Amino acid sequence: MNTFLLKIATPDGMLFEGNVQRVVCRTITGDLAVMARHANMCTALGMGGAHVVLEDGSVKNATCIGGMLSVLNGECSLFATTWEWDEDIDFERAELAKKEAEEMLKNKSLSEQEYVVARAKLKRALVRLSARR
Amino acid sequence: MATNMKAVKQRIKSVQSTMQITKAMELVASSKLRKAKDRADTCRPYFHSLYETLEKISMENTDNASKYVSGIDNKKICYCMIAGDRGLAGGYNSNVFKRLEKASAGKEFAVLPIGKKAVEYCRKKGIEIVSEKYAEVADIGVGDCFTIANSLCRMYRDGEFGHVELCYTNFVTMLTQQTSVFPILPLRELADPDKERPVVKELMIYEPDSITVFDAIVPEYMAGFIYGAVCESIASELASRRNAMDAASKNAGEMIGKLNLYYNRARQANITQEITEIIAGSEGV
Repeated sequence: MNTFLLKIATPDGMLFEGNVQRVVCRTITGDLAVMARHANMCTALGMGGAHVVLEDGSVKNATCIGGMLSVLNGECSLFATTWEWDEDIDFERAELAKKEAEEMLKNKSLSEQEYVVARAKLKRALVRLSARR
Repeated sequence: MATNMKAVKQRIKSVQSTMQITKAMELVASSKLRKAKDRADTCRPYFHSLYETLEKISMENTDNASKYVSGIDNKKICYCMIAGDRGLAGGYNSNVFKRLEKASAGKEFAVLPIGKKAVEYCRKKGIEIVSEKYAEVADIGVGDCFTIANSLCRMYRDGEFGHVELCYTNFVTMLTQQTSVFPILPLRELADPDKERPVVKELMIYEPDSITVFDAIVPEYMAGFIYGAVCESIASELASRRNAMDAASKNAGEMIGKLNLYYNRARQANITQEITEIIAGSEGV
């Protein structure tokens, strides 16, 4: 299989840099896979599961929330707001965040800003929890 | 002579207590610096590769449909200026202000100050302030950067200003920090104008289309830039404070040495004088 260079960076550091066969992640329009020799492309990332097929064919699962993906001259850069490998996800914390967000949403007198924050929090928690396969 | 000696003694005491303070500040700054430097180090690769990628996109781009790329018809610039919360950091704050003055000379501009000193500076100079909500640079995390980026994008879309530039301090090493200003919006201006642009541009696919993509990624990348700049600036502030306090402690030490020498000389002169007086007195007897 042909491979290409993939860089995954978040504000918490460079999480991955190396050759991969394929990267799959959720964009704003749906799931998208990038393979070697992809044309130049730029798109925005949504929230959802993602996985990377490494050079040796092994698969690494992750959760990706927001950011951008670009392919430039054969190199793929993925700048995510949060990118967590499945083994790094703290499910207890996500469970707690989900409960908190649900509590917040039950409260009817939320301001618009608070509502947006609570909804985003719930969504993030749900995306993380969905990684528990 | 005696009164002079008392004054010198007092002076030595006051210098000593100042030295205690500067030493303590140096220690506090260096322990905080370690953490801040780690944060800046982990963020730096993201910051740099994000910049590189966007620079490439900005050079290769042929699709100017989005307002964020082509720019809007407004000459006003919004500077996002990051300075410190406290003084006593050598030239750290004033260097940022000087840099801003240089960059903004003769232009119409407003400032989004981050850090207490930045807010104070804008008030004193009567510069238009976009928002004072981010006065504490030390408390700013990724989430706040997203809020800042979103509000800047909203104001940009509303036509309040046509350009956004970032003014901050780059942490180069423990001893050198460099102020820097670079444009972040519109995307077309991001690339260094001196760099040669490719003659043949490769076509870029925007999925689903350029307007949607840029609407989604511009706030994201702006937040990334602001966060990176905040990390760098905090590390620079602490490094700068540590150096300044180190120099101050050294100066105080030197001063104490000089004063002690003077004090001892004066004391000796006093004793010599007393002896002379006694001898002269005994000779008279």
